[in-house]
Amino acid sequence: MAFILNEEQKMLKDSANEFLAANAPVEQFRTLRDNNYEAFDANLWPAIVEMGWTALTIPEEYNGLDFGYVGLGQVLEEMGRNLTKAPLLSSIALGGTALVNSTNAGLKSSWIPEIMNGTKRLAFAIDEKNYFDPTAIETTAVTTAEGYSINGTKKMVIDGAGADAYVVVAKTDEGESALFLVDAASKGITIQTDVLLDAGTYASLSFEQVNIAKNQRISEPGKGKSLLNLVNNTAAICLSAEMMGMIHAAFEQTVAYLQERTQFGKRIGSYQALQHRAAKMFCEIELCKSVVITALQGLDKQEENLDELASLAKAKLGETIKVVSNEAMQMHGGIGVTDDVNIGFYFKRSRVAQRLFGDYNYHLDRYASLKQY
Amino acid sequence: METTTKTDLEDFRLETRRWLEENCPASMRKPIKDSNDYFWGGRNAIFNNEDQKVWFEKMLAKKWIVPYWDTQYGGGGLSREENNILTQEMTRLGCRKPLFSFGISMLGPALHKFANEEQKMRFLPEITAGKTWWCQGYSEPNAGSDLAGLQTKAEDKGDHYLVTGSKVWTSYADKADWIFCLVRTDFDAPKHNGISFLLIDMASEGVSTRPIKLISGKSPFCETFFDHVKVPKENLIGTLNEGWSIAKYLLTHERQMIGGVGETDQRRELHDIAKDHLPMKDGKITDTVLRNELAVQDMNDKIFEMTIQRIMDEAKTGVNAGALSSFFKYYGTEQNVSRMELMTAITGSDGLVWEGKDKDAMNQARLFCRSKGNTIEGGTSEVQLGIISKRILNLPS
Repeated sequence: MAFILNEEQKMLKDSANEFLAANAPVEQFRTLRDNNYEAFDANLWPAIVEMGWTALTIPEEYNGLDFGYVGLGQVLEEMGRNLTKAPLLSSIALGGTALVNSTNAGLKSSWIPEIMNGTKRLAFAIDEKNYFDPTAIETTAVTTAEGYSINGTKKMVIDGAGADAYVVVAKTDEGESALFLVDAASKGITIQTDVLLDAGTYASLSFEQVNIAKNQRISEPGKGKSLLNLVNNTAAICLSAEMMGMIHAAFEQTVAYLQERTQFGKRIGSYQALQHRAAKMFCEIELCKSVVITALQGLDKQEENLDELASLAKAKLGETIKVVSNEAMQMHGGIGVTDDVNIGFYFKRSRVAQRLFGDYNYHLDRYASLKQY
Repeated sequence: METTTKTDLEDFRLETRRWLEENCPASMRKPIKDSNDYFWGGRNAIFNNEDQKVWFEKMLAKKWIVPYWDTQYGGGGLSREENNILTQEMTRLGCRKPLFSFGISMLGPALHKFANEEQKMRFLPEITAGKTWWCQGYSEPNAGSDLAGLQTKAEDKGDHYLVTGSKVWTSYADKADWIFCLVRTDFDAPKHNGISFLLIDMASEGVSTRPIKLISGKSPFCETFFDHVKVPKENLIGTLNEGWSIAKYLLTHERQMIGGVGETDQRRELHDIAKDHLPMKDGKITDTVLRNELAVQDMNDKIFEMTIQRIMDEAKTGVNAGALSSFFKYYGTEQNVSRMELMTAITGSDGLVWEGKDKDAMNQARLFCRSKGNTIEGGTSEVQLGIISKRILNLPS
């Protein structure tokens, strides 16, 4: 397979670009924020469902499009470009991937159609500590007569508020990290939300003797670790795709500013001190494009080295988005640090995105460990 | 139709594999270690051993010295797909190139694009037969990064040009048969508009060379002097005073070559070398700072490889990758320099040996020194960044 998009994938990307420019541009992000950090635009999610984006990674047996993660990645990239707020990552890329790769047929047939048609949505609950660490799960799922009793706390749950159910990572009696589907209305759950740097709302959940039925277990015994790993890799790669779009937008706006802004009687883009920094960013972005497409293809092809690809992507994008967003701020000068222009939104969102599902340090270390050094 | 082609290509692959296995001597499948392992051809061609000769002659008879050039010029006439297969199969077996030649990698593409048919028939078959060793006369003592500021002049003397001046960094000028040269033919025009592209026989009266010693020790680089050298007019390639466009075209090829595009990386992975040299604990390099630097290098090496592949794939669909040669040159050489810096850190005091019993260690110190030239030759990193900012990002002058 060539490292490029095919015609259908290109068409999807173009239509996503057009649709979002018309229906969910950065101005919508500003409006939502100014409206007391409103989570989503009410009309957008049904329209996204209408576009078929929630069906891209759903198999045909559930009436999905089975179009693949390269396709979903193109949409997420365009959403990143526009800072579009919609639960596509949380409900489809994370929750959906967990379900699609589950062997629990009952759970799949009841939930997949609902998340695909947008009537219900899922949120993925893994983090417990201040940093991403899938090996340090303390939430427990104790076996009971009817099923399981969930106890523990979760944080940084993306789009957690308003979700219909949570995909919860918890330790079984056997000490295995497993995935469970927990209805949000279950007794014993308390939810608290924080607005973070990116004006997004993230949930902290507390589970106190939350009883769920046996058939709510998503991962079959012995397969919890590999399913969790797949969801984490998917999250890292899909977030990388979203970050790619943010990097493109921030860089393009910065280059445009260098071309038009005049100081000392010359356009500032003529100064070599800025030219060389811009050119170096261009090079790093070329690398980012390659690793994102390779990793998305890796998801579709279920590559054996998916762990490596996911960590390469998230590490590289994490490194580059930091450079590009910092340079975007510096090169915009005073106007860049005002709330009047949009460039600061990219800077703020970049720090949250690069933290989610493992930051630069986490993934660089994971890559070195995978390579056995 | 499509399936027939695919079957044909599969047949070609199998045939090629069998032919290479039968004809490439075992010693020609070992990685290149030193300069004796290269065969450069030329008027006074010297084979360093019998296998080198056998391998060259077999490939010559097969017309695979330049497999993708037209047969009328002595090429093999292979399609792009067939040539890719041949390259893949040679890489798979580890076959060395039978001939190293700037005639193939640099001058050839320029002649194909800019020379007239008579010139092509005169020079290209000599390249494919390995009969002419070409060198490149671009830089001058006062025209390095500012290449277009070159001052070597070619005066019109009716039936010939009279060339006077000097060139620097001419690789193998002391061994080469011919030189392709940028000369000034109009001193009144703006500097880019008075340059011409001239081919000069190194055996001409008035040509002399002097080797340059680098910080790494020996080097193939020379200075080349032209003292009233008569050059026939038919040796001018392209249009008079329009040589700069040829120069730019050729530099694109040079940059990709230096940046390593199209070369298969047969070097050991850096972290594998590191594991041989550094203390480990629980499967991890104990020097955590160095481990981090290695991981960054590793990450960027891997992704740069993907990027070369991606851009070559895009080029096949018609996207013009020409302007990206500066990116390849800049990134590839910066990566190599940082790799050599890390190799020095990994190999510790052994890697500092300049003269001693351990030949590998000596080689490391010299390679390290040599790498410092990578981000300078073929246009400095700063020149490449300037090209990216102007031609790709359209930043103002």
